[in-house]
Amino acid sequence: MSAAMGQGRTLAMGQDEATGTGRPEVEAPFGQALAALGRERPDIVGLTADLGKYTDILPFRDAFPERFFNVGMAEQNLIAVAAGLARTGKTPFATTYGVFATRRAFDFVAIALAHSHLNVKVIAGLPGLTTGYGGTHQAIEDLALMRMVPGLVVIDPCDATEIASATRAIADYPGPVYMRLLRGKVPVVLDPAVPFEIGKARLLRQGTEIGIVSTGFMTERALDAASALEAKGHSVGVLHVPTIKPFDTGAVIDFAKSVRQLVSAENHVVVGGLGSLVAETLFDAGISKKLTRIGIPDRYIECGSVPVLQDTYGLTTRRMITTMANLLEGTLR
Amino acid sequence: MLRNQPPETADIAALKRRATNLRRHMLSMARGQGQGYIGQGLGIADLLAALYFHELRYDPEDVGWPERDRFLLSTGHYSIALWAALAEAGIIPVEELSTYGADGSRLEMSTLDTTPGVEVIGGSLGHGLGQAVGQALGLWLSNSAARVFVELSDGEMEEGSTWEAAMSAGHFGLDRLVALVDCNGIQADGPIVIDIEPVADKWRAFGWQTIEIDGNDMSAIVGALMLARNANGRPKAIVLRTLPGKGVPRIETSEKSHFFRVDVSQWDSIIADFEARVGGEA
Repeated sequence: MSAAMGQGRTLAMGQDEATGTGRPEVEAPFGQALAALGRERPDIVGLTADLGKYTDILPFRDAFPERFFNVGMAEQNLIAVAAGLARTGKTPFATTYGVFATRRAFDFVAIALAHSHLNVKVIAGLPGLTTGYGGTHQAIEDLALMRMVPGLVVIDPCDATEIASATRAIADYPGPVYMRLLRGKVPVVLDPAVPFEIGKARLLRQGTEIGIVSTGFMTERALDAASALEAKGHSVGVLHVPTIKPFDTGAVIDFAKSVRQLVSAENHVVVGGLGSLVAETLFDAGISKKLTRIGIPDRYIECGSVPVLQDTYGLTTRRMITTMANLLEGTLR
Repeated sequence: MLRNQPPETADIAALKRRATNLRRHMLSMARGQGQGYIGQGLGIADLLAALYFHELRYDPEDVGWPERDRFLLSTGHYSIALWAALAEAGIIPVEELSTYGADGSRLEMSTLDTTPGVEVIGGSLGHGLGQAVGQALGLWLSNSAARVFVELSDGEMEEGSTWEAAMSAGHFGLDRLVALVDCNGIQADGPIVIDIEPVADKWRAFGWQTIEIDGNDMSAIVGALMLARNANGRPKAIVLRTLPGKGVPRIETSEKSHFFRVDVSQWDSIIADFEARVGGEA
């Protein structure tokens, strides 16, 4: 632990959630998209549990105060109230942090929402290592918990474009959804001309030596790492899988067949998330291929600045390049 | 009932006969299954008779009528009582009651919302009130006159989510929401295991207009439901003190009244006693 920490601490402190990639950014893409949808859809209702300001839903509240309810610090009730609203024909978007939506309110997500397949969208802030507040606030296992729930759609969007597009897509989908939120200034990575589709992976980059299967903001880093390795003469592909459930097994299988070895990259603990899904998918399909899982180790993470934590635990572009360079070196010898 | 306004006066004798019918249905169902949460069901038979044959607006031919009043049974294990009420109300066939608890039956031992007339999946205790708050908010947003009635139990007040929901209902001023708190004094481990009193004061403290009654007194139930129609900006709580097994002395006095199981000959004897007591009333 201390050796890894020492390596990570070379980064400047205090660069909270900054990407430093120079990409254009959009402010509060979720809240803006929801407010725009609210103008078209009177059935959309906004809910939060004392985290409106911190989950970017205030643009919706300001546009439609009569359709916005803050239930206070009560995440079980947040989900229960959303379920009740859905039963009267509303389309509630309920925001909180991922840790509270999953660990605190799990029974309500499973029974009140998913069992009845109610039309509720749970929007979950602070996914993985996007906060330095430590294990209480870092939703490191939310994807694993949510993907076990029958009938629940689980989404980890990559960028501002995808958040906006997915907000619209899930509003049009008549069922329960858990979507991770990237808040504040969110970079634009993907081509805005290609809309998000539930359950569809996107092949962003062809490659032969390593194929990276990535989700969430790790896709941005995967693209940057692939470019850096290409500059050194390596061929690295990137398959972006924003929907964790239903999983695009066909795309993952095709992608796996096209590369020599695979890397999974997720802003989530390596147990039970994307890496596990890729392994299950390949094994089920009878495909044997080396898989290296990049993600948060199987432990709770300390408090600290976000860039340092991400680098310490291998989620930065720099660390991804190192990890993959070692893999490439191994295969060349 | 049906699509009219709830009546200003009630035929108490007729409602008591309905309650007797509900108990008769429940005994028949429990006999068929040999077991069940019949103590709790018998305890709220009077309440369900008052709701389904006096207070609720609904249409047995159109259970999805958007303007219907909602009744949410949060204690899903009381399903035996709900199935009896839905059959008596003509929402499900009376003949179907004999399938209660059988494999493949839609009349489950604990309610699932796939059965007509069921407004919530009960059973995971502490769910009903919050979902009732959401339904009341949704109906308010839709400018609906429909009201939401939610049954929950004294044991269920031990769940923290009950109080999250209670606080929010008071905050939102949901005066078309009525909580029916069945205080029968029992839970899975026996008599209520921690001190939950004073029940009514707790609800009042959370902003609810609250009345406490004998939950097996039909006149008192009807009177409380009348008071709960008051559109005064506050949710309503009716605390019903009920007797588990009410109307069937062998179950009233049983130590097993949380979950009652006897053999079929004893069920026959219990049913014969019941019919002798009610004197063929129907």
